[in-house]
Amino acid sequence: MSANTAVAEKYRNNFLKEIEEQVEMGDWVKMCMQCGVCSGSCPTNFQSAWEHPPQELFMMIRAGKREEVLTSSSMWNCTSCYNCIVRCPRKLPITHIMHGIAEYAHRLGMAPKMQPTRFFSGLFWKNCTHTGRVNELKLSMGLYFKDGFVQGIKNGMAMQSVALGLVKAKRLNVMELFGGHKCKDQKGVHAMLKKAYEIERGRKTAKIAG
Amino acid sequence: MAKHEYAFYPGCSSQKGASASNYLTSVESMCKTLDVKLTEIPDWNCCGASIGYAEAGELPRHVMNARNFALSEKNLPGQEIVATCAACWLGARETRERLTHSDTLMADTREALKEAGLTINEMPGIRHMVEVLIEDLGFEEMAKHVVRPLEGVKIAGYVGCQTNRPFGVAGESFENPVYLDKMVEMVGAESIPEYEQKVTCCGGALAFSEPEKAQAQIKDIVESAYDHGAEMIVTPCPLCQANVEIYQGQINKRYGTKFDIPVMYYSQLMVVAYGGSAKDAALNGQVIKARRLEEIAAKPVKR
Repeated sequence: MSANTAVAEKYRNNFLKEIEEQVEMGDWVKMCMQCGVCSGSCPTNFQSAWEHPPQELFMMIRAGKREEVLTSSSMWNCTSCYNCIVRCPRKLPITHIMHGIAEYAHRLGMAPKMQPTRFFSGLFWKNCTHTGRVNELKLSMGLYFKDGFVQGIKNGMAMQSVALGLVKAKRLNVMELFGGHKCKDQKGVHAMLKKAYEIERGRKTAKIAG
Repeated sequence: MAKHEYAFYPGCSSQKGASASNYLTSVESMCKTLDVKLTEIPDWNCCGASIGYAEAGELPRHVMNARNFALSEKNLPGQEIVATCAACWLGARETRERLTHSDTLMADTREALKEAGLTINEMPGIRHMVEVLIEDLGFEEMAKHVVRPLEGVKIAGYVGCQTNRPFGVAGESFENPVYLDKMVEMVGAESIPEYEQKVTCCGGALAFSEPEKAQAQIKDIVESAYDHGAEMIVTPCPLCQANVEIYQGQINKRYGTKFDIPVMYYSQLMVVAYGGSAKDAALNGQVIKARRLEEIAAKPVKR
């Protein structure tokens, strides 16, 4: 049984409970009173980017629209500006809930595969945990070559003037491609993260079994 | 002994050859004048930033920040951690808050840290450099060192998001924080309190992944600065600085604008006002040159 079917089995007809138990800060969703201040405060909501702004997603969760929520590109439009958090009259940690739903959709393999911010988010985490510190050059290159080699060269060309400006100002180092900044104790960083994933997975699985 | 000492968490973007290396140079010069001693946390790691969320999960993200806390406690016991980057500060503060509020999360974190041979006994204080300046030193102390006021320079104070929300600087409002305007006036320049884009989001990581969305936001931020007669923009955040500065050329192509406005760090303004050279203020790190500041930095100092 795949992870997805296992959770579907456990939380049949109760998507809200699934979100509460499996998503970071998911137990806050039921507190939403549908005022819409979050949607009105969201910078990307004004660019016809969102399929569903936060308060709509929260109602869809309560209505059990599992497929629509988890496959949506909406959560991935979050810029982490925290405007929704500070304005929410019910004090919901909306930014974290959005990140949490996104992470859950990604974990289940239901998130839109080529959504650029989903891709970048995964790339960023891999980049910074690989050596313990971000390698800005490899991060940018990884993003440009997301849609293959030819598109990568095109993207690189489009960004050429921006990159050159940074290189001239000594704020982008081409040598980062061969190594770059890192933690001395990379082994420790990896071991600690491995353990953290193990514990977190254990806790989530226990809830499905329980 | 220095007047103020802190454990320093510079963050990835501040490293040599990285996008905010000019920020670090100017902070070092500024701290020298103000007698603030920053000792780098040995072998610190990335905070995970907000954008790592797809794969970070909850515990791994907090463990990353907790490793820095543990290293700080071990090597620099009793010192508060100071970050210059908004995202580093926010990430570390969030971890501090979550671990303080959840015994389970704290126990899990300790178990994971053990794998790296580390532990946490005490939660460190987490401060942003602007908090140190405002709260520990104060405007009066900061102003004392001004020997070359930036007279007649009009500067838009762009606070951005993560230095302002969800934690912010104590006593400031989320919608209209005024400390940056006060810092602009402190260095003898002219602030623009009515600059209505001061807490608008620059698009954050979307500037990389979905540039058209971020650039629409950056356009508003820059346009309003021009509308208010600003000669330059100042910010306390490395990502705000980079996003608002380096994409102006692309925005000009996209929207037919003629943007060419320098975007500075508060620390750069302070270093020039404190009598430092262009090099001390890392003015050579600007993609859009701050000519007016370069001219002022070349002037003799009034002692």
